[in-house]
Amino acid sequence: MEIDRADGRSPNQLRPLSCSRGVLNRAHGSARWAQGNTQVLAAVYGPKGGTKKNENPEKASVEVIWKPRTGQIGKQEKEYEMVLKRTLQSICILTIHPNTTTSLIVQVVHDDGALLPCAINASCAALVDAGIPLKHLAVAICCCLAENGLVMLDPTKLEEEKMKAFVYLVLPNSILSVLPEESSSVKGEQMEHGLITSVTHGVMSVDDYLHCLERGRAATSKMSDFLRRNLQPQLSSDSLKAG
Amino acid sequence: MGTPDTAGDWSSEMEVDAFRRLFPLRYYERHLSESIRPDARPLKKARDTIVSLGAVASSDGSALAKIGSTTMLAAIKMEVMTPSVDSPDEGSIAVEFHMPPICSPVVRPGRPAEVAPVISKQLLDSLLSSGIIDLKELSLIKGKAAWMAYLDIYCLDADGALFDAALLSAVAAFSHLRIPVVSLNDEGRMVMVSKELEGEKLDKEPVDKERRKISLKSIPFSLTCILHKNYILADPTFEEESIMETFITVVLNSSGQLVSLYKPGGPVLAHTSAIQECVALTRQRMKELQEIIDEAISTMEID
Repeated sequence: MEIDRADGRSPNQLRPLSCSRGVLNRAHGSARWAQGNTQVLAAVYGPKGGTKKNENPEKASVEVIWKPRTGQIGKQEKEYEMVLKRTLQSICILTIHPNTTTSLIVQVVHDDGALLPCAINASCAALVDAGIPLKHLAVAICCCLAENGLVMLDPTKLEEEKMKAFVYLVLPNSILSVLPEESSSVKGEQMEHGLITSVTHGVMSVDDYLHCLERGRAATSKMSDFLRRNLQPQLSSDSLKAG
Repeated sequence: MGTPDTAGDWSSEMEVDAFRRLFPLRYYERHLSESIRPDARPLKKARDTIVSLGAVASSDGSALAKIGSTTMLAAIKMEVMTPSVDSPDEGSIAVEFHMPPICSPVVRPGRPAEVAPVISKQLLDSLLSSGIIDLKELSLIKGKAAWMAYLDIYCLDADGALFDAALLSAVAAFSHLRIPVVSLNDEGRMVMVSKELEGEKLDKEPVDKERRKISLKSIPFSLTCILHKNYILADPTFEEESIMETFITVVLNSSGQLVSLYKPGGPVLAHTSAIQECVALTRQRMKELQEIIDEAISTMEID
Protein backbone atom coordinates (compact mmCIF):
# COMPACT_ATOMS: atom_id res chain seq x y z
CA MET A 1 0.00 0.00 0.00
CA GLU A 2 1.84 3.06 -1.15
CA ILE A 3 0.57 6.51 -0.53
CA ASP A 4 1.90 9.38 -2.55
CA ARG A 5 2.88 12.19 -0.25
CA ALA A 6 2.52 15.65 -1.67
CA ASP A 7 6.20 16.44 -1.35
CA GLY A 8 7.32 13.08 -2.70
CA ARG A 9 8.70 11.65 0.53
CA SER A 10 8.48 8.00 1.50
CA PRO A 11 6.37 7.19 4.58
CA ASN A 12 9.46 6.81 6.77
CA GLN A 13 11.28 9.85 5.56
CA LEU A 14 11.65 12.92 7.72
CA ARG A 15 11.75 16.45 6.36
CA PRO A 16 15.14 18.16 6.20
CA LEU A 17 16.19 19.15 9.73
CA SER A 18 18.16 22.23 10.57
CA CYS A 19 19.25 23.59 13.92
CA SER A 20 21.20 26.74 14.74
CA ARG A 21 22.14 27.61 18.29
CA GLY A 22 23.06 30.91 19.87
CA VAL A 23 20.81 32.93 17.57
CA LEU A 24 19.69 35.41 20.23
CA ASN A 25 22.07 37.76 22.00
CA ARG A 26 20.42 38.49 25.37
CA ALA A 27 19.09 35.00 26.07
CA HIS A 28 21.32 32.67 28.06
CA GLY A 29 20.63 29.96 25.51
CA SER A 30 18.69 29.94 22.28
CA ALA A 31 18.04 27.72 19.29
CA ARG A 32 16.14 27.85 16.05
CA TRP A 33 14.90 24.47 14.88
CA ALA A 34 13.33 23.81 11.51
CA GLN A 35 11.72 20.65 10.18
CA GLY A 36 10.84 21.40 6.58
CA ASN A 37 8.74 24.57 6.74
CA THR A 38 7.89 24.33 10.44
CA GLN A 39 10.19 26.67 12.34
CA VAL A 40 10.36 27.34 16.05
CA LEU A 41 12.60 29.67 18.01
CA ALA A 42 13.32 28.80 21.65
CA ALA A 43 15.08 30.95 24.25
CA VAL A 44 16.22 29.97 27.74
CA TYR A 45 16.78 32.33 30.62
CA GLY A 46 18.05 30.93 33.84
CA PRO A 47 18.52 29.61 36.36
CA LYS A 48 17.09 32.62 38.16
CA GLY A 49 16.68 32.73 41.89
CA GLY A 50 13.39 31.87 43.54
CA THR A 51 10.48 29.66 42.62
CA LYS A 52 6.79 30.34 42.16
CA LYS A 53 4.42 29.83 45.07
CA ASN A 54 3.12 26.39 44.20
CA GLU A 55 6.43 24.92 43.17
CA ASN A 56 8.64 22.76 45.34
CA PRO A 57 11.62 24.85 46.57
CA GLU A 58 13.78 21.79 47.01
CA LYS A 59 14.04 21.36 43.26
CA ALA A 60 14.68 23.62 40.30
CA SER A 61 11.54 24.49 38.41
CA VAL A 62 10.94 25.06 34.72
CA GLU A 63 8.57 27.69 33.40
CA VAL A 64 7.40 27.63 29.80
CA ILE A 65 5.84 30.47 27.83
CA TRP A 66 4.45 29.59 24.43
CA LYS A 67 3.88 32.36 21.93
CA PRO A 68 1.82 31.48 18.86
CA ARG A 69 2.55 33.07 15.53
CA THR A 70 -0.75 34.95 15.43
CA GLY A 71 -3.76 35.28 17.61
CA GLN A 72 -4.37 35.30 21.33
CA ILE A 73 -3.14 32.79 23.83
CA GLY A 74 -5.85 30.18 24.30
CA LYS A 75 -6.28 26.67 25.63
CA GLN A 76 -4.19 25.06 22.89
CA GLU A 77 -1.19 27.18 23.93
CA LYS A 78 -1.75 26.34 27.60
CA GLU A 79 -1.81 22.66 26.76
CA TYR A 80 1.43 22.93 24.81
CA GLU A 81 3.00 24.82 27.71
CA MET A 82 2.01 22.11 30.18
CA VAL A 83 3.24 19.23 28.01
CA LEU A 84 6.52 21.02 27.28
CA LYS A 85 7.05 21.88 30.94
CA ARG A 86 6.50 18.33 32.16
CA THR A 87 8.66 16.88 29.38
CA LEU A 88 11.54 19.22 30.15
CA GLN A 89 11.20 18.64 33.89
CA SER A 90 11.77 14.97 33.26
CA ILE A 91 15.01 15.56 31.34
CA CYS A 92 16.56 18.30 33.46
CA ILE A 93 18.48 17.32 36.57
CA LEU A 94 16.34 19.27 38.99
CA THR A 95 18.33 18.63 42.14
CA ILE A 96 21.44 20.53 41.03
CA HIS A 97 20.11 24.08 41.44
CA PRO A 98 17.30 23.98 44.01
CA ASN A 99 15.03 26.97 44.49
CA THR A 100 15.66 28.38 41.01
CA THR A 101 13.47 28.90 37.98
CA THR A 102 14.57 28.32 34.41
CA SER A 103 12.31 30.08 31.90
CA LEU A 104 11.87 28.80 28.43
CA ILE A 105 10.14 30.94 25.83
CA VAL A 106 8.96 29.29 22.63
CA GLN A 107 8.05 31.44 19.65
CA VAL A 108 6.35 29.80 16.70
CA VAL A 109 7.80 31.20 13.50
CA HIS A 110 5.89 29.03 11.08
CA ASP A 111 3.55 26.10 11.59
CA ASP A 112 3.55 23.52 8.84
CA GLY A 113 2.70 20.39 10.79
CA ALA A 114 4.39 18.60 13.73
CA LEU A 115 4.55 21.83 15.71
CA LEU A 116 4.88 20.42 19.21
CA PRO A 117 7.69 17.98 18.34
CA CYS A 118 9.57 20.79 16.60
CA ALA A 119 9.19 22.96 19.71
CA ILE A 120 10.40 20.18 22.00
CA ASN A 121 13.48 19.64 19.82
CA ALA A 122 14.17 23.38 19.74
CA SER A 123 13.80 23.64 23.54
CA CYS A 124 16.23 20.78 24.05
CA ALA A 125 18.81 22.45 21.82
CA ALA A 126 18.27 25.77 23.61
CA LEU A 127 18.77 24.12 27.01
CA VAL A 128 22.04 22.62 25.78
CA ASP A 129 23.09 26.03 24.49
CA ALA A 130 22.40 27.55 27.90
CA GLY A 131 24.37 24.85 29.66
CA ILE A 132 21.48 23.64 31.84
CA PRO A 133 22.38 20.17 33.22
CA LEU A 134 20.34 17.45 31.52
CA LYS A 135 20.07 13.71 32.11
CA HIS A 136 19.69 12.97 28.44
CA LEU A 137 18.25 14.70 25.40
CA ALA A 138 14.68 14.40 24.24
CA VAL A 139 13.89 13.58 20.64
CA ALA A 140 10.36 14.35 19.48
CA ILE A 141 8.62 12.99 16.44
CA CYS A 142 5.13 13.03 14.93
CA CYS A 143 3.54 9.94 13.40
CA CYS A 144 0.28 10.13 11.55
CA LEU A 145 -2.09 7.34 10.65
CA ALA A 146 -3.84 7.16 7.31
CA GLU A 147 -7.24 5.56 6.71
CA ASN A 148 -5.73 2.30 5.48
CA GLY A 149 -3.51 1.93 8.55
CA LEU A 150 -0.30 3.21 6.96
CA VAL A 151 1.96 5.09 9.35
CA MET A 152 3.72 8.18 8.02
CA LEU A 153 6.36 10.15 9.85
CA ASP A 154 6.67 13.92 10.15
CA PRO A 155 3.51 15.10 8.38
CA THR A 156 2.97 18.54 6.93
CA LYS A 157 -0.05 20.58 8.02
CA LEU A 158 -2.15 19.43 5.08
CA GLU A 159 -1.32 15.81 5.81
CA GLU A 160 -2.13 16.24 9.50
CA GLU A 161 -5.55 17.60 8.66
CA LYS A 162 -6.38 14.86 6.18
CA MET A 163 -5.26 11.94 8.31
CA LYS A 164 -7.58 10.23 10.72
CA ALA A 165 -5.20 10.46 13.67
CA PHE A 166 -1.72 11.55 14.65
CA VAL A 167 0.56 10.98 17.61
CA TYR A 168 3.33 13.14 19.04
CA LEU A 169 6.00 11.01 20.69
CA VAL A 170 8.99 12.10 22.73
CA LEU A 171 11.70 9.56 23.41
CA PRO A 172 15.11 9.82 25.04
CA ASN A 173 17.95 9.97 22.56
CA SER A 174 19.87 6.79 21.80
CA ILE A 175 22.95 6.29 23.86
CA LEU A 176 26.31 5.61 22.24
CA SER A 177 27.80 3.68 25.08
CA VAL A 178 31.02 1.73 25.55
CA LEU A 179 29.49 -0.18 28.43
CA PRO A 180 28.11 -3.66 27.79
CA GLU A 181 24.45 -3.89 26.79
CA GLU A 182 23.15 -5.46 30.03
CA SER A 183 23.83 -2.38 32.13
CA SER A 184 21.31 -0.24 30.30
CA SER A 185 18.49 -2.71 29.97
CA VAL A 186 15.40 -2.75 32.12
CA LYS A 187 13.58 -6.08 32.08
CA GLY A 188 14.98 -6.82 28.65
CA GLU A 189 13.98 -3.44 27.21
CA GLN A 190 16.53 -0.74 26.60
CA MET A 191 16.28 2.61 28.34
CA GLU A 192 16.08 4.41 25.06
CA HIS A 193 12.90 2.57 24.20
CA GLY A 194 11.00 4.12 27.04
CA LEU A 195 8.49 6.81 26.24
CA ILE A 196 8.79 10.23 27.86
CA THR A 197 5.70 11.88 26.43
CA SER A 198 2.82 10.91 24.20
CA VAL A 199 -0.04 13.12 22.98
CA THR A 200 -2.56 11.71 20.55
CA HIS A 201 -5.23 13.34 18.43
CA GLY A 202 -8.00 11.42 16.72
CA VAL A 203 -9.21 7.86 17.14
CA MET A 204 -7.05 4.85 16.32
CA SER A 205 -6.88 1.25 17.38
CA VAL A 206 -4.48 0.20 20.14
CA ASP A 207 -2.45 -1.87 17.65
CA ASP A 208 -2.08 1.15 15.37
CA TYR A 209 -0.76 3.14 18.31
CA LEU A 210 1.82 0.49 19.18
CA HIS A 211 2.81 0.36 15.52
CA CYS A 212 3.34 4.15 15.51
CA LEU A 213 5.44 3.77 18.66
CA GLU A 214 7.74 1.28 16.96
CA ARG A 215 8.16 3.47 13.90
CA GLY A 216 8.84 6.45 16.13
CA ARG A 217 11.55 4.54 17.98
CA ALA A 218 13.23 3.58 14.73
CA ALA A 219 13.23 7.18 13.57
CA THR A 220 14.70 8.53 16.80
CA SER A 221 18.07 6.97 16.06
CA LYS A 222 18.33 9.11 12.91
CA MET A 223 17.32 12.24 14.78
CA SER A 224 19.67 11.42 17.66
CA ASP A 225 22.57 11.25 15.22
CA PHE A 226 21.62 14.62 13.80
CA LEU A 227 21.37 16.11 17.29
CA ARG A 228 24.68 14.65 18.38
CA ARG A 229 26.50 16.07 15.35
CA ASN A 230 24.81 19.41 15.65
CA LEU A 231 25.26 19.90 19.37
CA GLN A 232 28.98 19.15 19.43
CA PRO A 233 30.71 22.25 20.74
CA GLN A 234 32.33 24.19 17.92
CA LEU A 235 35.70 24.24 19.60
CA SER A 236 37.87 23.56 16.58
CA SER A 237 36.93 26.78 14.74
CA ASP A 238 37.22 28.92 17.90
CA SER A 239 40.65 27.64 18.80
CA LEU A 240 41.83 28.34 15.24
CA LYS A 241 40.70 31.95 15.58
CA ALA A 242 42.36 32.35 18.96
CA GLY A 243 45.60 30.72 17.91
CA MET B 1 12.30 11.24 69.14
CA GLY B 2 15.29 8.95 69.28
CA THR B 3 17.85 7.98 66.72
CA PRO B 4 17.16 5.81 63.66
CA ASP B 5 17.91 2.14 64.02
CA THR B 6 20.79 0.46 62.22
CA ALA B 7 19.00 0.44 58.87
CA GLY B 8 18.58 4.25 59.09
CA ASP B 9 14.86 3.68 59.20
CA TRP B 10 12.90 6.10 61.34
CA SER B 11 9.65 4.29 60.84
CA SER B 12 9.78 2.28 64.03
CA GLU B 13 10.58 5.34 66.09
CA MET B 14 8.01 7.88 64.97
CA GLU B 15 4.28 8.05 64.52
CA VAL B 16 2.76 6.95 61.26
CA ASP B 17 1.31 10.37 60.39
CA ALA B 18 4.61 12.12 60.97
CA PHE B 19 6.44 9.57 58.80
CA ARG B 20 3.81 10.03 56.10
CA ARG B 21 4.40 13.79 56.03
CA LEU B 22 8.16 13.73 56.31
CA PHE B 23 9.08 10.83 54.06
CA PRO B 24 6.09 10.43 51.74
CA LEU B 25 7.87 8.44 49.07
CA ARG B 26 9.27 5.90 51.51
CA TYR B 27 5.89 5.61 53.19
CA TYR B 28 4.31 4.74 49.85
CA GLU B 29 7.07 2.38 48.80
CA ARG B 30 6.66 0.40 52.02
CA HIS B 31 3.03 -0.10 51.05
CA LEU B 32 3.70 -0.81 47.38
CA SER B 33 6.15 -3.58 48.20
CA GLU B 34 3.22 -5.35 49.89
CA SER B 35 1.02 -4.62 46.83
CA ILE B 36 -1.35 -2.39 48.68
CA ARG B 37 -1.97 1.34 49.09
CA PRO B 38 -2.51 3.36 52.27
CA ASP B 39 -6.28 3.43 51.70
CA ALA B 40 -6.25 -0.41 51.56
CA ARG B 41 -6.92 -0.56 47.83
CA PRO B 42 -5.07 -3.10 45.68
CA LEU B 43 -2.79 -1.42 43.15
CA LYS B 44 -5.01 -1.96 40.12
CA LYS B 45 -8.34 -1.05 41.68
CA ALA B 46 -10.12 2.25 41.15
CA ARG B 47 -12.04 4.05 43.89
CA ASP B 48 -15.80 3.73 44.41
CA THR B 49 -17.64 5.61 41.70
CA ILE B 50 -21.10 7.18 41.93
CA VAL B 51 -23.03 8.92 39.17
CA SER B 52 -26.24 10.79 39.76
CA LEU B 53 -28.20 12.36 36.92
CA GLY B 54 -30.26 15.52 36.98
CA ALA B 55 -28.36 17.29 39.73
CA VAL B 56 -29.00 20.78 38.30
CA ALA B 57 -32.70 21.35 37.69
CA SER B 58 -32.36 24.54 35.66
CA SER B 59 -30.15 23.03 32.99
CA ASP B 60 -31.11 20.89 30.02
CA GLY B 61 -28.90 18.01 31.13
CA SER B 62 -26.72 17.56 34.19
CA ALA B 63 -24.93 15.01 36.28
CA LEU B 64 -22.83 14.70 39.40
CA ALA B 65 -19.98 12.19 39.31
CA LYS B 66 -17.83 11.13 42.23
CA ILE B 67 -14.75 8.95 41.97
CA GLY B 68 -13.66 8.44 45.56
CA SER B 69 -13.59 12.00 46.87
CA THR B 70 -13.12 13.72 43.52
CA THR B 71 -16.45 15.36 42.72
CA MET B 72 -17.47 16.90 39.41
CA LEU B 73 -20.72 18.63 38.56
CA ALA B 74 -21.52 18.87 34.83
CA ALA B 75 -24.36 20.85 33.32
CA ILE B 76 -25.40 21.44 29.73
CA LYS B 77 -27.33 24.41 28.41
CA MET B 78 -28.58 24.41 24.86
CA GLU B 79 -28.77 27.56 22.78
CA VAL B 80 -29.73 28.13 19.19
CA MET B 81 -27.09 29.68 17.02
CA THR B 82 -26.25 29.95 13.32
CA PRO B 83 -23.98 27.16 12.19
CA SER B 84 -20.62 27.92 10.62
CA VAL B 85 -20.24 28.16 6.87
CA ASP B 86 -17.91 25.13 6.74
CA SER B 87 -20.47 22.81 8.28
CA PRO B 88 -23.97 24.21 7.79
CA ASP B 89 -25.71 21.03 8.92
CA GLU B 90 -23.86 20.51 12.17
CA GLY B 91 -24.26 21.87 15.66
CA SER B 92 -21.36 22.26 18.06
CA ILE B 93 -20.20 21.70 21.63
CA ALA B 94 -18.28 24.12 23.84
CA VAL B 95 -16.61 22.72 26.95
CA GLU B 96 -15.39 24.73 29.90
CA PHE B 97 -13.78 23.13 32.94
CA HIS B 98 -13.75 25.28 36.07
CA MET B 99 -11.71 24.76 39.19
CA PRO B 100 -13.19 27.13 41.76
CA PRO B 101 -11.28 27.70 45.03
CA ILE B 102 -13.65 25.32 46.83
CA CYS B 103 -12.01 22.32 45.22
CA SER B 104 -8.50 22.48 46.56
CA PRO B 105 -6.29 24.48 48.94
CA VAL B 106 -3.89 25.10 46.06
CA VAL B 107 -6.38 27.09 43.98
CA ARG B 108 -6.82 30.72 44.98
CA PRO B 109 -9.45 33.18 43.60
CA GLY B 110 -7.11 35.38 41.60
CA ARG B 111 -4.99 32.60 40.15
CA PRO B 112 -6.80 30.09 37.96
CA ALA B 113 -5.37 26.59 38.21
CA GLU B 114 -2.88 25.69 35.49
CA VAL B 115 -4.54 22.40 34.67
CA ALA B 116 -8.02 23.85 34.07
CA PRO B 117 -7.64 25.03 30.44
CA VAL B 118 -5.63 21.90 29.61
CA ILE B 119 -8.38 19.62 30.91
CA SER B 120 -11.03 21.70 29.07
CA LYS B 121 -9.21 21.21 25.80
CA GLN B 122 -8.59 17.51 26.40
CA LEU B 123 -12.26 16.96 27.23
CA LEU B 124 -13.37 18.70 24.06
CA ASP B 125 -10.94 16.71 21.93
CA SER B 126 -11.95 13.41 23.54
CA LEU B 127 -15.68 14.10 23.21
CA LEU B 128 -15.47 15.23 19.60
CA SER B 129 -13.08 12.58 18.34
CA SER B 130 -14.78 9.68 20.09
CA GLY B 131 -17.97 10.55 18.22
CA ILE B 132 -20.22 10.37 21.26
CA ILE B 133 -22.74 12.62 19.53
CA ASP B 134 -23.36 12.98 15.86
CA LEU B 135 -23.20 16.75 15.44
CA LYS B 136 -25.68 16.49 12.58
CA GLU B 137 -28.35 15.55 15.12
CA LEU B 138 -27.92 18.97 16.66
CA SER B 139 -28.94 20.71 13.47
CA LEU B 140 -32.37 22.37 13.24
CA ILE B 141 -32.58 24.11 9.89
CA LYS B 142 -29.68 23.58 7.56
CA GLY B 143 -27.59 26.68 7.18
CA LYS B 144 -29.80 28.78 9.44
CA ALA B 145 -30.11 27.31 12.92
CA ALA B 146 -28.38 24.65 14.94
CA TRP B 147 -27.93 23.80 18.60
CA MET B 148 -24.84 24.80 20.53
CA ALA B 149 -24.37 22.72 23.67
CA TYR B 150 -22.52 24.63 26.39
CA LEU B 151 -21.05 22.06 28.75
CA ASP B 152 -19.75 23.46 32.04
CA ILE B 153 -17.99 21.21 34.46
CA TYR B 154 -17.28 22.40 37.97
CA CYS B 155 -14.77 20.62 40.11
CA LEU B 156 -16.10 20.60 43.65
CA ASP B 157 -13.41 18.46 45.24
CA ALA B 158 -10.05 17.82 43.59
CA ASP B 159 -8.62 14.58 44.93
CA GLY B 160 -6.73 13.20 41.93
CA ALA B 161 -7.86 11.74 38.60
CA LEU B 162 -9.60 14.99 37.61
CA PHE B 163 -9.82 14.16 33.92
CA ASP B 164 -11.46 10.77 34.56
CA ALA B 165 -14.15 12.23 36.79
CA ALA B 166 -14.75 15.16 34.44
CA LEU B 167 -15.15 12.88 31.41
CA LEU B 168 -17.51 10.62 33.35
CA SER B 169 -19.66 13.55 34.45
CA ALA B 170 -19.73 14.95 30.88
CA VAL B 171 -20.85 11.59 29.46
CA ALA B 172 -23.51 11.25 32.18
CA ALA B 173 -24.76 14.78 31.51
CA PHE B 174 -25.09 14.00 27.80
CA SER B 175 -27.05 10.87 28.59
CA HIS B 176 -29.43 12.98 30.71
CA LEU B 177 -29.74 15.74 28.10
CA ARG B 178 -33.22 16.55 26.80
CA ILE B 179 -33.29 18.99 23.92
CA PRO B 180 -35.84 21.76 24.48
CA VAL B 181 -38.74 22.27 22.09
CA VAL B 182 -38.45 25.23 19.78
CA SER B 183 -40.52 26.63 16.98
CA LEU B 184 -40.05 29.25 14.33
CA ASN B 185 -41.89 32.47 15.10
CA ASP B 186 -43.21 35.05 12.62
CA GLU B 187 -39.94 36.92 12.33
CA GLY B 188 -38.14 33.75 11.34
CA ARG B 189 -36.39 33.31 14.65
CA MET B 190 -36.36 30.27 16.83
CA VAL B 191 -38.15 30.67 20.11
CA MET B 192 -38.40 28.29 23.01
CA VAL B 193 -41.82 26.83 23.48
CA SER B 194 -42.54 27.25 27.16
CA LYS B 195 -44.33 24.65 29.20
CA GLU B 196 -47.59 26.57 29.54
CA LEU B 197 -48.07 26.92 25.81
CA GLU B 198 -47.40 23.29 25.09
CA GLY B 199 -50.95 22.28 25.82
CA GLU B 200 -52.58 25.00 23.67
CA LYS B 201 -52.70 25.21 19.94
CA LEU B 202 -49.68 26.91 18.47
CA ASP B 203 -49.68 29.13 15.40
CA LYS B 204 -46.63 27.49 13.96
CA GLU B 205 -45.73 23.84 14.32
CA PRO B 206 -42.78 23.28 16.64
CA VAL B 207 -39.73 21.77 15.06
CA ASP B 208 -39.71 18.87 17.53
CA LYS B 209 -42.88 17.64 19.12
CA GLU B 210 -41.37 16.83 22.48
CA ARG B 211 -38.10 17.12 24.30
CA ARG B 212 -36.01 14.52 22.64
CA LYS B 213 -32.96 12.66 23.83
CA ILE B 214 -29.72 12.54 21.98
CA SER B 215 -28.57 9.10 20.95
CA LEU B 216 -25.10 8.42 22.28
CA LYS B 217 -22.98 6.53 19.84
CA SER B 218 -19.61 5.45 21.12
CA ILE B 219 -18.98 6.62 24.65
CA PRO B 220 -15.44 7.46 25.81
CA PHE B 221 -14.20 6.23 29.19
CA SER B 222 -10.84 6.95 30.71
CA LEU B 223 -8.45 5.79 33.40
CA THR B 224 -5.41 7.56 34.78
CA CYS B 225 -2.57 5.36 36.02
CA ILE B 226 0.57 6.33 37.87
CA LEU B 227 3.88 4.75 36.93
CA HIS B 228 6.46 4.42 39.66
CA LYS B 229 9.49 2.17 39.18
CA ASN B 230 7.87 -1.14 38.27
CA TYR B 231 4.49 -0.43 39.83
CA ILE B 232 1.37 0.73 38.07
CA LEU B 233 -1.27 2.32 40.29
CA ALA B 234 -4.74 2.87 38.90
CA ASP B 235 -6.86 5.91 39.81
CA PRO B 236 -4.50 7.98 41.95
CA THR B 237 -5.49 10.30 44.78
CA PHE B 238 -4.10 13.83 44.96
CA GLU B 239 -1.43 12.73 47.43
CA GLU B 240 -0.24 9.92 45.16
CA GLU B 241 -0.18 12.25 42.14
CA SER B 242 1.94 14.82 43.93
CA ILE B 243 4.51 12.31 45.19
CA MET B 244 4.84 10.07 42.15
CA GLU B 245 4.68 12.47 39.27
CA THR B 246 4.46 10.26 36.21
CA PHE B 247 0.94 9.53 35.05
CA ILE B 248 -0.60 8.20 31.87
CA THR B 249 -4.25 8.74 30.89
CA VAL B 250 -5.83 6.29 28.44
CA VAL B 251 -9.21 7.06 26.89
CA LEU B 252 -11.02 4.24 25.10
CA ASN B 253 -14.39 4.38 23.44
CA SER B 254 -17.03 1.68 23.66
CA SER B 255 -15.89 0.09 20.39
CA GLY B 256 -12.47 -0.52 22.00
CA GLN B 257 -10.58 2.08 19.98
CA LEU B 258 -7.98 4.39 21.48
CA VAL B 259 -9.27 7.94 21.64
CA SER B 260 -6.31 9.36 23.49
CA LEU B 261 -3.13 8.20 25.20
CA TYR B 262 -1.76 11.13 27.14
CA LYS B 263 1.53 10.93 28.99
CA PRO B 264 2.91 14.39 29.65
CA GLY B 265 6.54 13.79 30.59
CA GLY B 266 7.41 12.58 34.05
CA PRO B 267 10.56 11.02 35.50
CA VAL B 268 9.56 7.43 34.67
CA LEU B 269 9.80 6.25 31.06
CA ALA B 270 6.95 4.11 29.80
CA HIS B 271 7.91 0.90 28.05
CA THR B 272 5.57 -0.97 25.74
CA SER B 273 4.67 -3.47 28.47
CA ALA B 274 3.56 -0.67 30.79
CA ILE B 275 1.48 0.93 28.04
CA GLN B 276 -0.23 -2.36 27.24
CA GLU B 277 -1.00 -2.94 30.88
CA CYS B 278 -2.52 0.52 31.26
CA VAL B 279 -4.71 -0.11 28.22
CA ALA B 280 -5.84 -3.44 29.68
CA LEU B 281 -6.71 -1.76 33.00
CA THR B 282 -8.69 0.88 31.13
CA ARG B 283 -10.66 -1.81 29.32
CA GLN B 284 -11.62 -3.38 32.61
CA ARG B 285 -12.55 -0.01 34.08
CA MET B 286 -14.65 0.73 31.00
CA LYS B 287 -16.90 -2.23 31.79
CA GLU B 288 -17.39 -1.04 35.37
CA LEU B 289 -18.16 2.51 34.29
CA GLN B 290 -20.58 1.36 31.58
CA GLU B 291 -22.56 -0.58 34.19
CA ILE B 292 -22.62 2.40 36.54
CA ILE B 293 -23.92 4.73 33.85
CA ASP B 294 -26.53 2.25 32.64
CA GLU B 295 -27.76 1.83 36.19
CA ALA B 296 -27.98 5.60 36.68
CA ILE B 297 -29.96 5.99 33.46
CA SER B 298 -32.41 3.22 34.36
CA THR B 299 -32.91 4.65 37.87
CA MET B 300 -33.74 7.99 36.35
CA GLU B 301 -36.19 6.55 33.87
CA ILE B 302 -38.11 4.80 36.60
CA ASP B 303 -38.75 8.09 38.40
